[in-house]
Amino acid sequence: MADVALRKVVKRYDDVEAVRGIDLDIADHEFIVLVGPSGCGKSTTLRMIAGLEDISDGDIMIGGDIVNDVPPKDRDIAMVFQNYALYPHMTVAENMSFGLRLKHYPKAEIKARVTEAARLLDITDLIDRKPKQLSGGQRQRVAMGRAIVRNPKVFLFDEPLSNLDAKLRVQMRIEIKKVHQKVRTTTVYVTHDQVEAMTLADRVVVMNKGRIEQIGTPNELYHKPATRFVAGFIGSPAMNFIPCRLEDVGGTLQMRLTDRIAFPLPAARAARYNSLPRTDKLLLGLRPEHLTESHAHLEPGVETFDTVLDVTEPMGMETLVYFGLEGTPVCGRVNPNAGAKDGAPMRLAMDLNNMHLLNEATGAVL
Amino acid sequence: MSSVTIDKAAPTRTVKYGSMSRDRKWALRWSYFFLTLFAIFSLLPPIYMLITSLKSSAEISAATNPWWVFHPTLENYVGLLTSNQFLRFFWNSALVSIFVVTITMLISVPAAFALARMRFWGSATLATGVFLTYLIPDSLLFIPLFKVFALFGDWTGIQLINRWYVLLFIYPTLTVPFCTWIMIGYFASIPKELDEAAIIDGASWFQTLTRIFIPVALPGLIAATIFAFTVSWAQFLYPLVFTTSTDQLVLPVGIITTLIKGDVFNWGQIMTGALLGAAPPLIIYAFLMDYYIAGLTAGATKG
Repeated sequence: MADVALRKVVKRYDDVEAVRGIDLDIADHEFIVLVGPSGCGKSTTLRMIAGLEDISDGDIMIGGDIVNDVPPKDRDIAMVFQNYALYPHMTVAENMSFGLRLKHYPKAEIKARVTEAARLLDITDLIDRKPKQLSGGQRQRVAMGRAIVRNPKVFLFDEPLSNLDAKLRVQMRIEIKKVHQKVRTTTVYVTHDQVEAMTLADRVVVMNKGRIEQIGTPNELYHKPATRFVAGFIGSPAMNFIPCRLEDVGGTLQMRLTDRIAFPLPAARAARYNSLPRTDKLLLGLRPEHLTESHAHLEPGVETFDTVLDVTEPMGMETLVYFGLEGTPVCGRVNPNAGAKDGAPMRLAMDLNNMHLLNEATGAVL
Repeated sequence: MSSVTIDKAAPTRTVKYGSMSRDRKWALRWSYFFLTLFAIFSLLPPIYMLITSLKSSAEISAATNPWWVFHPTLENYVGLLTSNQFLRFFWNSALVSIFVVTITMLISVPAAFALARMRFWGSATLATGVFLTYLIPDSLLFIPLFKVFALFGDWTGIQLINRWYVLLFIYPTLTVPFCTWIMIGYFASIPKELDEAAIIDGASWFQTLTRIFIPVALPGLIAATIFAFTVSWAQFLYPLVFTTSTDQLVLPVGIITTLIKGDVFNWGQIMTGALLGAAPPLIIYAFLMDYYIAGLTAGATKG
């Protein structure tokens, strides 16, 4: 087991920069998830750590050693691929032991390690089967087993759950977390699914266009996003961004959303935003769960307004409501018993204690 | 990797397909008609060969029904199979084919692996080039090749012309490009993650080839082997040009040159020799047919 460090790592393909100088420190035992939309450079970063891609610039360190020019087999890493990449002509046991056999481990030790990994992953009964006789979830377990038996310094996962159906994905997510809790190997996990990132990671690295947007614990990213990209990427349904501006009305700082709708800011927020120029074009960032039905006992900082709903989506435990504010589509989450109906007027409450204010031009969270 | 499919419960109600079924019936009738026609067309020559091989010379030249054997005899078979000359042709053919298949595989499998997987400068162009060499007709090549071997003999004193083993140098010019091309296709259909997984597991390129690629692409390997064998077994032009002494001849040339004396055609033995010569490929096909079909269709879908 080891820590991993990336220093100003760049990957260029001809004249396209896929990864643009990223710095990342991954502690020993840590579970790091790289997340971002397709083409953001997350898979390339992982493949550079694996040694499957050369790095154009910078340094990659595993366990303190620079491994820029070390071939994959000498980096002591194991990788789990999206399409499992099991050797189709080998049994489960042979698949798992392939790496150990290549390194001429004693037979007894190979058997012991395979048995232990199979037990850990609950695939003991499948050990003599060929990959084509396994279901997707079982194949993914075998792929993880192949990684575990090697007892490497670092586990690398490249979108391992993308090929599974939704239900199995949730199940395997929990399995992966359990396995990590048991083996505690440093893990770098790539996914485009922010739910996977949030649920698995000790720390999440959000990437966009070859750069790291933000690194933080799942809660930090959710509650204190640094940029509009992170704010919009993490959370489902996504955060609402509503154009607004600040104005001073009778000594209090007020946020104007539309000609009709303007709210005084809560004291803490007012203090924070008071120094902003009033002329700036701003965006109110508000998660749907902070936009709920109005009720009798509203806390300070929660403001109400009336609107007409466009569409409602009953989800069972909640109902998602969609409406427009001067052309900006907005989503809220209301109690299923609040009586939200398509096309009906409704009074909604905005919790400004959880609001974010963003600079529209730079995308920075203020 | 195959996906798991779940059989839906069969509907209990019988469904009438109406015109669909009538169309299908007609399609089948036409298929059978043309397939039968084709089978008759292509099977007539071997049947005629079989009938003739069972006749005596007298019966062949007699003006009887050529499609019937009135006095069946095995004298042609006995004659050929006890003739040292014929057995020599057979042996030469077998040696040439086995060596050529081995040489071809030893060259084209690693070549295909390198061209399909080890991305290097010009690999795509080289792959196309390999295939293009196959498109040059062999009837264009035999004169320059003959010249090359003649010059080689003059320079080095090593005389290759009129030795059966000269064919081991020549046939691969036909088999290697095509087999390489087939194998490139098979290797390219293997998911890239498979060799990446092997490399991360600690395999060298060579181990990746021998322990992953060859077993996974076995149907393709068998298809290529059959091709190389067929080409070297049935080749006529090159051995006709490059070998002349009777003890150096391979089967196809041997039959023609020894069983046709001037304008005397020993039809019975020619037909018998041709039939016996066709037997080994037939036997090999029969055994490898399942693999061969799998080989021809694999890679079409991500099975």
